[in-house]
Amino acid sequence: MDTNQYLDMFIDESKEHLQAINDNLLELEKNPKDIDIVKNVFRSAHTIKGMSATMGFEDIANLTHELENVLDQVRNEITEITPEIMDVIFQSVDLLEGMVYSIIEGSDGKANVAPLVEQLKAIASGQQPTAKETKQATSTDNKSDGNVDGSYGHLLDEYQKTVILQSQSTGHNALHISISLSKDCMLKAARVFMIFDALEGLGEVILADPAVEDLEDEKFDLSFELVFLTAESKDLIKGKLVNISEVAEVEIKNIDLTISSEDEDIKADVEPTVSESALDSSKQEQKQPTEKNQAAMKTKPISSKTIRVDIERLDVLMNLFSELVIDRGRLEQIARELGHSELVESVEHMSRISGDLQNLILNMRMVPIEQVFNRFPRMIRDLSKDLNKKVELDIKGADTELDRTVIDEIGDPLVHLLRNSLDHGLESPEERIKKGKPETGKIQLHAYHSGNHVFIEIIDDGNGLDRQKILNKAIERGLLTEEQGNQMSDQQVFMLLFQSGFSTAKVVTDVSGRGVGLDVVRSKIEALSGQVHIESKLGEYTKFQIELPLTLSIIQSMLIRISDEKYAIPLSSIIETAVFSKKDIYLVQGQQVIDFRGHIVPLVSLEKVFAIPRADEVEDDEVSVIVVKKGDKMAGLIVDDFIGQQEIVLKNLGTYLPNVFAISGATILGDGQVALIIDCNALIQ
Amino acid sequence: MKIIIFKLNDEEYGVEIDQVRSIERVSHVTRIPNMADFIKGVINLRGIVTPIIDLRTRFGIEAINDSDNTRVIIISVKDIEIGLVVDAANEVIEIDENRIEPAPKVIGSVEAEFIRGVIKVENRLLILLHLQKVLNLQEKEL
Repeated sequence: MDTNQYLDMFIDESKEHLQAINDNLLELEKNPKDIDIVKNVFRSAHTIKGMSATMGFEDIANLTHELENVLDQVRNEITEITPEIMDVIFQSVDLLEGMVYSIIEGSDGKANVAPLVEQLKAIASGQQPTAKETKQATSTDNKSDGNVDGSYGHLLDEYQKTVILQSQSTGHNALHISISLSKDCMLKAARVFMIFDALEGLGEVILADPAVEDLEDEKFDLSFELVFLTAESKDLIKGKLVNISEVAEVEIKNIDLTISSEDEDIKADVEPTVSESALDSSKQEQKQPTEKNQAAMKTKPISSKTIRVDIERLDVLMNLFSELVIDRGRLEQIARELGHSELVESVEHMSRISGDLQNLILNMRMVPIEQVFNRFPRMIRDLSKDLNKKVELDIKGADTELDRTVIDEIGDPLVHLLRNSLDHGLESPEERIKKGKPETGKIQLHAYHSGNHVFIEIIDDGNGLDRQKILNKAIERGLLTEEQGNQMSDQQVFMLLFQSGFSTAKVVTDVSGRGVGLDVVRSKIEALSGQVHIESKLGEYTKFQIELPLTLSIIQSMLIRISDEKYAIPLSSIIETAVFSKKDIYLVQGQQVIDFRGHIVPLVSLEKVFAIPRADEVEDDEVSVIVVKKGDKMAGLIVDDFIGQQEIVLKNLGTYLPNVFAISGATILGDGQVALIIDCNALIQ
Repeated sequence: MKIIIFKLNDEEYGVEIDQVRSIERVSHVTRIPNMADFIKGVINLRGIVTPIIDLRTRFGIEAINDSDNTRVIIISVKDIEIGLVVDAANEVIEIDENRIEPAPKVIGSVEAEFIRGVIKVENRLLILLHLQKVLNLQEKEL
């Protein structure tokens, strides 16, 4: 089968599922008991397995197959998740990711999966990846417990024995519990329920004799037996059970299969790897629940309701739509001129619908930054393990939307800054305790919109930056003189870290270590026409702030007219629109100013700035002014008319035109004309 | 080699068809403030903001008002898309590349640096433009 045409789909979906697995695994690490999470991971792994097998990527299919087996056992609570198992699973996912990425780069997606496959197989057969000795110790413990009882072999089948062996290897005990109810017990089923209820939080009932259904139907005399897996002590469990009224007697014994297997010649060995038959039967046993689950999945599909669209197709769609908008404008005009009421009505209706359509199309290009952010928890987890640091990553604003093109580029710089914060910013746990800070450091990753910019901040509560050390190093490296340095603001000093000559220097690592590679970050951000700022306080925090323009995004703007030309001013820059009488304009040293709520605000004539030709001079007693701001500075822009507020699409002027003074881009208006967008920041000195 | 022929005044010019994206009628042009005078402005070309160069101004020919024949030839050079305003454009012809002759020192009113060569086709003299040079914006490297 020619699968090439499906390759894109395979890659996209694999990436998505791998991401889902990573996310879920991180969750699972926090809540190892949550079987629902395991089920999610299983589903994703299952999908990847199916897809990769179809596509002929055997190594991926093999590895996911083994991964799935392990997950299946966890899901069915045969194996319990341990940190060691987590590590192997994480490694497998990493390798899978590696293979998928190699496929993206055009290779055949082959890799040496054998070692991990072996490890996963071992786990699936009940071995702990690194805890072999522990397991043996546990079983010896059981023997020396004194309460050894080997007479329960008759109750257990191979499968259950495997389960018991596995649970023992993770430090759980298998207990045999005999419970007798008092003779005058009225509602035996209710007691059974209470007993199971009491046991529920403590461990797992893997076998009941008579069977649970029979117990619930009161199909038993007065006593019954349970096989119970738990990490709790026998006494605690006994205490819980005895407290239930009408329970006459409770007897609890340890089950040790090493003895039972010897006694009764059953193949369940201490070394579960050798017990092939046990394994096989366990697999068969597992099949049924697996199939059941799959059936359940089919009836309740958890599919995301999205489709993938090539970004280029969206571009084409949007451009076609702009054409439509032009025609719409013409139709509107014709309808007005003709004054035919039915025509006017239907054109108005069409305008409304196409307006909505326009918004929809424009919004389609926007992607939540989540896509980039969601790989960071995993990265931080791994890195903090490597560095022996404790860290909590706080992500906010993952739903902040950015243009697709920016999303694709912003990942690497963020990785760099996050690594930097964790590696050099945060102190070691010991150091933090010494300083009276909480042992666990905190890195905040926040994204938010502000005006026509997106801000991404990375804030760590680490040691902060040492102004003097950075200065010393810069002076040493001949980047500036001491005098120059002393005149610089903190912000300016910190920005030295982003200088290429500074950051590549090895010696910097012992300054504060904050410089390495930051020049790369800066150049990347600047390539996206963004900016980076640093804020820091020694001993307290460091904050990197990235400011990015929303290249092709939608902003609210005020359209204005000067002579015959229309311009758009981003609403985010505007404080207020106002009309002033000419006599309220004062001259201060030749500069026109107005008194705006007690502030003296300079006036800027856009007509002069943009050299707008004017056919006929209009004399008016009033001037229309748009008061705009840049930080806490203000200016009043003189215009002829306010056309109105409108949502516009930012477009750049292309590579041919160099930076045009005070113009940040262009937009296409409803009538198909191009209007320039005024960059207020450039107009305010 | 196929070239598209356009007119400025009464002279005929040619651009390689590979470099031409489309030929458009003149739509509303938005002026860009404080730019070189030959940059006429930008137009909306099916949703893409495209700069327009007035070739008459560029070549120092007297400006005339747009007529029904006025066209914008959208060309693409090194990833830059740009429109050239010309008096008329309506013909494509096949020429033999070997017959292109170097531009004489002075032909018509166009400075020699913009000219790649001339070619004689039957009774017509076509001027082939050196687009990179034409687009050169204040010594901007293209």
